[in-house]
Amino acid sequence: MAADHSTTHFQRFDLPQSFDVDAALLDERYRDSQRAVHPDRFVNASDQERRLSMQQATLLNEGYRILKDPLRRGRYLLELQGYRFDDEHHTTSDTAFLMEQMELREALGEVREADDAFAVLGEIMERIDGDLDQLLGELRQQLDSGAAADLQQAADCLTRMQFFRKLQDEAMELEVELEDELA
Amino acid sequence: MALLQISEPGESTAPHQHRLAAGIDLGTTNSLVASVRSGVTDTLPDKDARHLLPSVVRYRADAAPVVGYDALAAATEDPLNTIASVKRLMGRGVEDVKTLAEHLPYEFVPGSSGMPLLHTAGGDVSPVEVSAEILRTLKTRAEESLGGELAGVVVTVPAYFDDAQRQATKDAARLAGLNVLRLLNEPTAAAVAYGLDQGGDGITAIYDLGGGTFDVSILRLNKGVFEVMSTAGDTALGGDDLDRLVADWIMQQAGMQAGASHVDMRRLMLAARTAKEALSEQTSTTVVLELDGTANWTGELTRDRLDELIAPLVEKTLGPCRRALRDAGIRAGDVQSVVMVGGSTRIPLVRERVAGFFKTEPMVDIDPDRVVAVGAAIQADILAGNKPDSEMLLLDVIPLSLGIETMGGLSEKIIQRNSTIPTARAQEFTTFKDGQTAMSLHVVQGERELVDDCRSLARFELRGIPPMVAGAARIKVTFQVDADGLLSVTAEEQTQGVTSGIDVKPSYGLSDNEIETMLRDSMDSAAGDRDLRRLREEQVEADRVLEALHSALASDADELLGDAERKSIDAAAQALAAVRRGDDYREIKRAIAAVEQASSGYVERRMNSSIRSAMAGHKVDEFNAP
Repeated sequence: MAADHSTTHFQRFDLPQSFDVDAALLDERYRDSQRAVHPDRFVNASDQERRLSMQQATLLNEGYRILKDPLRRGRYLLELQGYRFDDEHHTTSDTAFLMEQMELREALGEVREADDAFAVLGEIMERIDGDLDQLLGELRQQLDSGAAADLQQAADCLTRMQFFRKLQDEAMELEVELEDELA
Repeated sequence: MALLQISEPGESTAPHQHRLAAGIDLGTTNSLVASVRSGVTDTLPDKDARHLLPSVVRYRADAAPVVGYDALAAATEDPLNTIASVKRLMGRGVEDVKTLAEHLPYEFVPGSSGMPLLHTAGGDVSPVEVSAEILRTLKTRAEESLGGELAGVVVTVPAYFDDAQRQATKDAARLAGLNVLRLLNEPTAAAVAYGLDQGGDGITAIYDLGGGTFDVSILRLNKGVFEVMSTAGDTALGGDDLDRLVADWIMQQAGMQAGASHVDMRRLMLAARTAKEALSEQTSTTVVLELDGTANWTGELTRDRLDELIAPLVEKTLGPCRRALRDAGIRAGDVQSVVMVGGSTRIPLVRERVAGFFKTEPMVDIDPDRVVAVGAAIQADILAGNKPDSEMLLLDVIPLSLGIETMGGLSEKIIQRNSTIPTARAQEFTTFKDGQTAMSLHVVQGERELVDDCRSLARFELRGIPPMVAGAARIKVTFQVDADGLLSVTAEEQTQGVTSGIDVKPSYGLSDNEIETMLRDSMDSAAGDRDLRRLREEQVEADRVLEALHSALASDADELLGDAERKSIDAAAQALAAVRRGDDYREIKRAIAAVEQASSGYVERRMNSSIRSAMAGHKVDEFNAP
């Protein structure tokens, strides 16, 4: 018995297909639907119902994970419109962007030597947050427009956001390490 | 024509039969069983009114194993045969044990499949069997207290337990004859016990320092929904380790020589633990150490000195706390309440440091030794079906990333840590030799890049791939993690639609065959016949299927079923009911499959319909709000 793969995650939560999502509504729909299908509700049910429950609960978790994060949601919207991402070959010829990546990488690498490592790291993290916010604004415009050229821009935008997201993760890891060492 | 069942509006037609269920906290140092009776949840005591059961099993030649206080009493005289803290060995391999063995006085012998066995006077036993003895004792206690057979139990595990550790726990429960309704994470169980979901949206941190393991979980609680945001921990850090630090100090003070006997080591550990516990109430305590062959040593240990000794380990627990906060995407100040779990959280220094870290006074009202069992009992009651109107929902996460070994010994992550479970990921593989019909996948658990730095979970050997030109096969492998946090793998070759057979070879666990053998050996001969057991299993499943179908049809056959479909479902159900009375388990199994096939569309529609009405339910409420 196949799970319903033709349903989009938006349909799954009965939400309009758009980049802007009502976060509170998404949360509510997610919780309500999990209440109906979670395996905990089917512990004594037949094997068939248990399998289906697990499939459905898994799909709900996957849908929620994707829709609640703007980056994943943006990527998903592009995929729904036929755009294929090739993670192995993401390149950008935007030299300004590449320069900034290198600078940020170097800055992260030098944090430990700084007199006030936490303050320096904090500044870097704020900068990355700011970059991500700006790109998020651009992404929103490009996705809302729907024009093909804008979709390509949106894809580029997402690629850049992914780079920043990765840097953000590294910065947070570094912060935790510094806190551990300080203790 | 089917008989009409008249019932009160709003009442289910299914009989409300109270099923006996219990929650079990299988702890490193102590274990407990709890149950909900007449709306009250409490731990169940033994006949001497003791609620805790020391997780100690003593093996003897030619006599049944002894579990609990009596075993504990023998621990100092008979250390090799008295197994304590077996939880530390669950899901661990021979190599791990070598590191742990410095502190453990037992004799290990290698078993099959990388699992170490404990060599005792009662035979060579696996940690799974030792745990089963503890669970058996609790099962008996519960059944005697509650006056009947348990329909099912919820067994708790540290949130940070990996797949092998969880599977070992489930295997132990099966061996003990228990029907495990759910493996529940200990911090989540504690959150359930405190019922913090009642107070509106809030973020809670659960700090669980048990005898052998440390967990910290961050949960968002709101109107019955417990959503775990992140979890972190250390499965080799607990109260036992604090004892060791105190023991080292005593050893030094007492001028005890290295290489002391097992018996003396046990006495030392006991003295250390007693002193540590006393200092939670007093600011100073007298330590008395009895050793073989020398006069007793006495000394004074102050709370200040204790704090100095244990401070580094207490600090160590804050590392996972930071990681959990980071993974949850919040700051310490965002945490509104903190719950303390585990006996070691009685230590004043621990409470201080945790309060300082989260900037809030921790909640300690419920006995930290009992809170996990209580939470498990509450969930068991619901899962057994005793509370059909319960709105409680536990959304837990997988604590460690799962990865597949790829070229060069790298781990390619397929499921991220802190993903809400159940979760799945499908990945496509292909063959590299012409005519290749088999493939092996090595799954590991952990955050590191190299496979060698992660925990090896199992090798999944796919068989029955249709022979093709190299690279032509498209094998879709689905990795599914269930609500217990356990991984299962299925595979299908897409171009020909052929499902692969999969042999699972756990790295640190019992294979299905080994468990089957143990189950068979542990049962008495009357019920031990394999075919008879299979018949019973199929009959139970047949009953479930027919019962579920009956109540489903009663509630929505009119809306969701056309005549043709209804007829074919009825026919299949009748056929099943007929063979169910027979004794051919294969026939029953086939008949069940036929019912599943006939009703698959219907069951799916029902589930989709219940999702839609659950989501719509809210809108109706809002409309009707005063």
